[in-house]
Amino acid sequence: MASVTLDKINKAFGSTHIIKDVDLAIGEGEFVVFVGPSGCGKSTLLRLIAGLESISDGELSIGSQVVNELPPRERGVGMVFQSYALYPHMTVYENMAFGLKLAKTAKETVHERVMTTARILQLEELLERKPKALSGGQRQRVAMGRAMAREPRILLFDEPLSNLDASLRVQMRNEIARLHKRLGSTMVYVTHDQVEAMTLADKIVVLNRGRVEQVGSPQELYQRPATKFVAGFIGSPTMNFLPARLVGADATGCRVGATGLTELTLPQDASGHSQGEELTLGIRPEHLRLTEAQDREGFEIVNVEYLGNEVYVYLEPKEGDTLLIQRGEAPTRWSVGQRVALAPDPEHVHLFGSDDRALPLKAARAVA
Amino acid sequence: MTSRRLSKLAARAGFWLLVALIVVIAVFPFYYAIKTSFTPSGDLFRVELWPTRATLANYVQIFSQRSFLQAIFNSILVATSVVFIALLLGITASYALGRVRFRGRTTVLLVILGVSMFPQVAVLSGLFEVIRALNLYNNPGGLILSYTIFTLPFTVWVLTTFMRQLPMELEEAAIMDGATPWVTITKVFLPLMWPAMATTGLLAFIAAWNEFLFALTFTLTDSQRTVPVAIALLSGGSAYELPWAPIMAASVVVTVPLVVLVIIFQRRIVSGLTAGAVKG
Repeated sequence: MASVTLDKINKAFGSTHIIKDVDLAIGEGEFVVFVGPSGCGKSTLLRLIAGLESISDGELSIGSQVVNELPPRERGVGMVFQSYALYPHMTVYENMAFGLKLAKTAKETVHERVMTTARILQLEELLERKPKALSGGQRQRVAMGRAMAREPRILLFDEPLSNLDASLRVQMRNEIARLHKRLGSTMVYVTHDQVEAMTLADKIVVLNRGRVEQVGSPQELYQRPATKFVAGFIGSPTMNFLPARLVGADATGCRVGATGLTELTLPQDASGHSQGEELTLGIRPEHLRLTEAQDREGFEIVNVEYLGNEVYVYLEPKEGDTLLIQRGEAPTRWSVGQRVALAPDPEHVHLFGSDDRALPLKAARAVA
Repeated sequence: MTSRRLSKLAARAGFWLLVALIVVIAVFPFYYAIKTSFTPSGDLFRVELWPTRATLANYVQIFSQRSFLQAIFNSILVATSVVFIALLLGITASYALGRVRFRGRTTVLLVILGVSMFPQVAVLSGLFEVIRALNLYNNPGGLILSYTIFTLPFTVWVLTTFMRQLPMELEEAAIMDGATPWVTITKVFLPLMWPAMATTGLLAFIAAWNEFLFALTFTLTDSQRTVPVAIALLSGGSAYELPWAPIMAASVVVTVPLVVLVIIFQRRIVSGLTAGAVKG
């Protein structure tokens, strides 16, 4: 178990700058998830921590030790790869014992550690099998066992579930979560799947184009996204964005107008923004309420998706071409072709400036 | 209807005739060599497909010559050494060329390929000087050196292609487990590269086993000769007699092991040779 500190970490491959000034503190025993769209640098960041890539600039510490120049084996990290990367010619036992043997561990200790790991991961029955005789989920567990057997200070996961089918993924997700509770070790996990991020993480790091967009607990990220990117990335279906204008600001908040909506009074602090400025409203699909509208007014329903427990209603936007989504309970009374008015819940409306940063809440409200 | 069936039949018959022809052309010389090896010298020029008076005398004769046994031993020594050295150097080189990124990697690969394009004769005199300088003349070491020079390019190319196909994550997993490059090569890659190693090793063996020009040039005495040269220099009862039958017996003796080896490894050869072609 150890903490990890990233201080102004940079990584460039030739002239392409992949990681830009990343600062991050990962506490002891924390489960941190790096999430972001493909190409955002999340895997590279993990590989920098692992020591598989060299750091171009900045300082990486594990515990209190700067490890920039240390090879992977001296960093005390274990890594689970996306493709498992099990040694095909070795049995499960040999796969898990390989690293220990290379570290010249005493034979009894090797055996003991492998058996303990196998017990934790329920691999005891499979120890004599070769990887090709294992199912996807079993291979995944062996890959974790191999990383765990050396009892590393930090466990790294590089999109470990992306090769599994949907139901197995849910099952393994649960196993990883339970494993973390049981071992209590520091884990860093990379995924592009926000559901994995939300369900596993103590702390999510959202990356975009090599920069950290926001760091926070799943709740923080969902309820108070700091930027439009985070707001759009976390949550499914994605948040609705509507262009809006600032009508006025006062001590308790601000008033905002958007095409097709009645003027909204919001708790955001808009001081520093001038009247009439272009802003963006962000409203999650579950925070929109629909009411019947007159013939010519409101938004037209273009599609209704029935998912059993809930219904997605798609609306033709006034501006732009991204459909608006409302999420409600099933059954629904709405049908294609109807016109509706939107009634957002002001408590749950997000407001983004032209720099895509979220406007902060008024201090009094933020505390409450 | 009938005419269509007839033409279909004719096409099929033509196909198998062609196959038979190719087989005969390919196999007949070898068959005739075997047949000749069992024929007593007196019957050599009677044309027949089956020896009427089969004899083992030719085999007895060649095996009673100490120099021939010595030549077989030399050939085995040279060919296995070449295979061993070529694979050892080839594997390590292919790791560097296939896995380590460095400036000029493509150039190195192209130079290696270019070297293998030279005909043997072109380098013969130069190589002769090298071998004299290294004091390896009339010594199996000289042959091992020169064969390795000609085998390595092919070995390195095939192994590099194969090495590149092994997943990158496998190597990274080994690195995370604390493996040095040498441990990665020997403990992780080697066990996975048997098909490629069988292929290249066997081809290197065949090349070294059959090589004639260098073997003739770089050896002087009977005791240092390899089999191809020894066969060519087999002498008959008089200066005017070419001992065809013993030559054929000797040829059969040295060819059969190769055929057996190829049959044993044939599946691996195919999978090794096509390994770079398609992802399987």
